[in-house]
Amino acid sequence: MIQLKDVTKVYGGKKTFTVALSGLNLSVKKGEIFGVIGHSGAGKSTLIRCINLLERPTEGEVWVGDVELTKLGKRDLQERRRKIGMIFQHFNLLASATVYDNIAFPLTLIGTPKASIAKKVDSLLALVGLEEHKSKYPAQLSGGQKQRVGIARALASDPDVLLCDEATSALDPQTTDSILKLLLDINKRFQLTILLITHEMHVIQSICDRVAVIHQGGIVEEGPVTEVFLKPRHEVTQEFLHRENAGQESLKLAAAASSAARGKLVKITFLGAQTYESVLSQVVRETGVNFAILQGTISTIKDTPYGQLTVSFEGDRQDVEQTLRLLRERDLDVEVLQS
Amino acid sequence: MKELDFSTIDWSEMGTATVDTLQMMGYATLFTFVLGLPLGVMLFVFSRSQSSVLGWVYRIISLVVNILRSVPFIILIVALIPVTRAIMGVSSGVEGTIPPLVIGAAPFFARLVETALREVDRGVIEACQAMGASSLQLIRKVLLPEALPGLLAGMTITVVTLVSYTAMSGMVGGGGLGDLAIRYGYYRYKSEVMLVSVIFMIILVQLLQMLGDRLVIHFTRK
Repeated sequence: MIQLKDVTKVYGGKKTFTVALSGLNLSVKKGEIFGVIGHSGAGKSTLIRCINLLERPTEGEVWVGDVELTKLGKRDLQERRRKIGMIFQHFNLLASATVYDNIAFPLTLIGTPKASIAKKVDSLLALVGLEEHKSKYPAQLSGGQKQRVGIARALASDPDVLLCDEATSALDPQTTDSILKLLLDINKRFQLTILLITHEMHVIQSICDRVAVIHQGGIVEEGPVTEVFLKPRHEVTQEFLHRENAGQESLKLAAAASSAARGKLVKITFLGAQTYESVLSQVVRETGVNFAILQGTISTIKDTPYGQLTVSFEGDRQDVEQTLRLLRERDLDVEVLQS
Repeated sequence: MKELDFSTIDWSEMGTATVDTLQMMGYATLFTFVLGLPLGVMLFVFSRSQSSVLGWVYRIISLVVNILRSVPFIILIVALIPVTRAIMGVSSGVEGTIPPLVIGAAPFFARLVETALREVDRGVIEACQAMGASSLQLIRKVLLPEALPGLLAGMTITVVTLVSYTAMSGMVGGGGLGDLAIRYGYYRYKSEVMLVSVIFMIILVQLLQMLGDRLVIHFTRK
């Protein structure tokens, strides 16, 4: 649905310039929620602005649907942009217009008749739960309500793509979750393709299907969230994850120093339905090995439950090996941290 | 200092002068707005343009505006006499004062418009571009409504400036309250006329400023 091919963006002139994106490739499938995560300055804002050409790439192609935007003239681009919704960190609502008029704005641009605007706006107000606020001005709303207006406005022209530029970064955790829930709901209901950029792993974990990690203007890691989240390969990704699960590192160190270190330190990852099964106890009963849980998480990535345990196995070397083999046979991911 | 004797004031002349001043103000305000607003929008739009041609257009307009703003108004009136005569047929009285008033105030207002438009949140402009707004739609439906309080404040400042400009034009036969104050009060030592004229102008400025402030508050949504 969205494709960036070898996109490079250079700011500045001939002598002093900054490379914001260098030969970046990205492909977002129809109907998925795709997240791009990166530190500030990594190029994520430029990346999302290149998709609707708010920033024109210095080189490369931008495709949305089966149209190459980088080839379009001014008029055609304006036309195409109407089918690409966008929401922003600071909402960017018209301060001089009411909630109703803000949502109606994209429709007034294309000269939609008043009656059909009213019908559309009312249904969008209901969708985002702001029916009672339709005559208020943005300054009278809370951050979460403003973002709901932003979402309704972005949906007014029935876009096939929604771009979210740090849409929850200015909101408190509770409001963030309600906005994320709304985005997920919209994605499912309208089969709307969503591309979001964020610096919060939590956002990726809650709603994204796939994720790309951007660093110094390039994608360093990409894949389904479950994969990237549970088995991060690039150091930037690992850094993001460790910040989310603060203390994981230190626990591991503590474990290494404790008496439990006599055993074999293993990280076991459960994914999907097996998360809630008694696999581990079944296996150790069979092999007679003892274990101590040093650290553990059970949570969900979007709708998929997962668990990750750091366990120290104590027992006969052979028995321990057998335990690991049996766990692997049951399709668990077993990683030996320390023998 | 001699005693003030207000009984010598010709009130019907004072009335005519007041009406003249209001007339000059009305027309000058109208034409200043009509000329200054597009000029200010052009200054704003061209200053942000990527194209080098428009960049030069900006520099030229900006230079002309600066020149007109640096010439003292009293000199501008005199310098513009041939232009005024060409446009209005006369170069004195109410009609003869309007062109220099407009040419003096429009560049000033244009700068205030430019400043007000710069205050519009860049993110909002970007959001509307992302929604596929054309340049014209951006100006009409986004920039001007969003900058409305700033534009009204600028208009108020301009109108108040116009009051003092009309008074100055009295020096060179412009008509209105300023003319009265200078002819009777200054040249003929009739301080009463000068005092009353000045008080009328103070009241006028007060009223205009109050009206402007009210409008700004009414249209402010932040």
